[in-house]
Amino acid sequence: MWRWTSRKSRPNVTLMLRYALKRLISLIVSLAVASVVIFAVIEVAPGDPASFMLGVNAQPETLAALRSELGLDVSQTQRYFNWVGGMLSGDFGTSYTYRTPVSQMIADRMWVSLPLALYALTLSTLIAFPAGIYAAARRGRPGDLTVMGATQLGIAVPNFWFAMMLVLIFAINLRWFNAGGFVGWDKGIWAGLHSLTLPAIALALPQAAILARVMRSALLDILGEDFMRTARAKGLSRRQALWRHGVRNALIPVLTIIGLQFSFLLAGSIIIEQVFYLPGLGRLVFQAISARDLIVVESVVMLLVFAVIMVNFLVDLAYAAVDPRLRNRT
Amino acid sequence: MSLLQIENLSLSIHEAEILNQVSLSIAPGEIVAVTGESGSGKSMTALAVMQLLPDGAVGKGSIKLNGQELLDRPEAEMCALRGASIGMVFQEPMTALNPVKTIGDQVMETILIHQAMPAYKARERAQEVLIRVGLPPDKFPMSRYPHELSGGQRQRVVIAMAIALRPKLLIADEPTTALDVTTQAQILDLLKGLVTEYGMGLLMITHDLAVVSDMADQIVVMRHGEVVESGATDHLLRNMQHPYTRMLFEASEHQVNLPESYETKPLLQVTGVVRDYRLPRKQLFQTPGTHRAVDQVSFVLNRGERLGLVGESGCGKSTLTRAILGLEEIQSGQILLDDQPVFSGHKPNLAVRRKMQVVFQDPFGSFNPRHRVSRLITEPFYLLDDPPHGSDRLDRIAEMLGAVGLSADDANKYIHEFSGGQRQRIAIARALITRPELILFDEAVSALDVSVRAQILDLLAELCEAYNLTYLFISHDLSVVRTITDRVMVMQAGKIVEQGETEQVFTDPQHSYTRKLIAAAPRLPEIGRGAA
Repeated sequence: MWRWTSRKSRPNVTLMLRYALKRLISLIVSLAVASVVIFAVIEVAPGDPASFMLGVNAQPETLAALRSELGLDVSQTQRYFNWVGGMLSGDFGTSYTYRTPVSQMIADRMWVSLPLALYALTLSTLIAFPAGIYAAARRGRPGDLTVMGATQLGIAVPNFWFAMMLVLIFAINLRWFNAGGFVGWDKGIWAGLHSLTLPAIALALPQAAILARVMRSALLDILGEDFMRTARAKGLSRRQALWRHGVRNALIPVLTIIGLQFSFLLAGSIIIEQVFYLPGLGRLVFQAISARDLIVVESVVMLLVFAVIMVNFLVDLAYAAVDPRLRNRT
Repeated sequence: MSLLQIENLSLSIHEAEILNQVSLSIAPGEIVAVTGESGSGKSMTALAVMQLLPDGAVGKGSIKLNGQELLDRPEAEMCALRGASIGMVFQEPMTALNPVKTIGDQVMETILIHQAMPAYKARERAQEVLIRVGLPPDKFPMSRYPHELSGGQRQRVVIAMAIALRPKLLIADEPTTALDVTTQAQILDLLKGLVTEYGMGLLMITHDLAVVSDMADQIVVMRHGEVVESGATDHLLRNMQHPYTRMLFEASEHQVNLPESYETKPLLQVTGVVRDYRLPRKQLFQTPGTHRAVDQVSFVLNRGERLGLVGESGCGKSTLTRAILGLEEIQSGQILLDDQPVFSGHKPNLAVRRKMQVVFQDPFGSFNPRHRVSRLITEPFYLLDDPPHGSDRLDRIAEMLGAVGLSADDANKYIHEFSGGQRQRIAIARALITRPELILFDEAVSALDVSVRAQILDLLAELCEAYNLTYLFISHDLSVVRTITDRVMVMQAGKIVEQGETEQVFTDPQHSYTRKLIAAAPRLPEIGRGAA
């Protein structure tokens, strides 16, 4: 019943490419600016990592040697370029505390955090779209009120509480899942997903509640538009008009929220990681900050900024795919 | 047998009575125009036929299409009728189309909902219909999106969607109200042609009596949800029975008597004004192009003179207005008010700015709903170095409200307590309160009903007498400009193509564009005037 676009209405390719190129340039500029800001902010923070690592009684010679080993003895500008150049070639430096390559540490954690974020986002979208559309189509009726009540609850209740409830019900009582920990992807993709399911649900529920509300209000705005009346005048039923003409027009605000949620899920899941003993990025940053492991903090923050900017880029492209009016805007 | 027969239709929405005992009928191939002022229930009558009424609407009486009752039809059957047996065209072509779908898809949809056929066949049919409404594929391929078309072209797409299945009945709700006169004439021709060609019945809803008398076979005049008078067009125009019908026709060609103005001292001098807008870059490192919205415009407005500015949408009228008000900087030329520039050193010149005021079109959107009238109309005082205080201020408010026909007590009310016409009076009071040298009226009566418009025009004439107003009256409505101005300028594509004494220009237009505009404007027939 629902055709996205027919053969002839495929987006104009050159227009789309030009739009993508413009977005790409703005992406690169944003990354450059972000790297300078991150570097500057972390560098001005008081405390010398070398003296922190060696303690107050360290010999000046040992301190100097360590500073040189960590690359702290050159000028700040030089250090910035070393850092950026290293990152571009995949070398994120060496952790001050663990003495292991930062890239390895991040990569290990990424394999948990990224799938978890994507898993949670998929769940949240799968819950929110039908719920939002259902509520909008039944505005003011019991179905709408039920969905709205549930989302109110979903927003109000913190996700760690959901996490605890999920553990109580599905891990301790029903024994369907483990209460925590990550088995690793080497046990197979299903085993990996299985151990991420409870945390993903805990993360997804509040996000789904927000997204469902955005979807509902965006659709309600669209339902009041003149072209929805035109659609009804053509002979479409309420439901057909909603699906064929409403949903795609309502996607713009929804996409914006999805983009924001992904960035949040990637780094903001620290509490959930703690609850489920997951070795994710959130915990890594937390530990690195406590240990003044600046190089790890810098790299993870930069990586997260990169992820956010990339997601925004993808959201921009999605906007243009959804709404032809945006394709020839700057 | 008539195609559509509405008998004693009454309608209420949440207990409020909207329609009362409305009856009308349409034969195949006949054009029936329903007319009346806003709130008369004409659009609701149309929506009742479509059964697309707002929630909570309860209808009584009978609506028969080809002898079959529509009022108690189940929704599923109505869906099968809408688009196939009844087509509908709406007022706002800018928003009536789905912005994210191509025009081809949208016309095809009407066909595919009702008839099972392969997509390529529906596409062929849609293409035929688009050609019929004047959108040939070489200029307007079906892959175009609505935002790539003008208002008139979009209205053609809406019409194509409505007639794609050759419905027996077409309903057009103010189909040309949002369009320019020349576009309006084309769309009306198209509708007339389709009615003859397809033998459709056309139910046309419009407030424009000139359009009504030009198009319709039958006229139905509505007021407060009731039909006050109906009949064959010629007959009705010749023998108007109901005082409301007569009032409507008189008001729509209302003439005012402007007092003579004798002074010849220039107040506003506009010389060689150019306003360019930067266009978006076509390629990355290319210098962006420009669009010249106002092109070498020069004119002089003398003190006490009433000058009109007419032209179609996009001709640069509003841009010129903004430049005169000092809201935007111009790229070359000069605008002097009382020999002082309105823009000095990239900033609006406040000393000049306080000598001008403006009245906008929309009486609903141009007021802050949270402020009382006294605050709304005294806002221009902020421009003054020494605004009146205390009792002086109250006197001024009372005087101004009195001058525009409201009472001093209205100062404590909020704007939602007033009707559209009263709001426009308040807008005029706001413009007058600082006793400006120049007032700009930007489509100031375009959104008003004819009877209210006549009152506001009378008010302007009175104020000209009392305050010796100088104004620039911008409008697309030629009949209004004709009566309310001494001189008129005609603007096309950023240029003033003709200017002169108003009567002179209207009776003996020199420029071909002026002639085209005047010819396209629908006129009330003489008979209406004779009978009234």
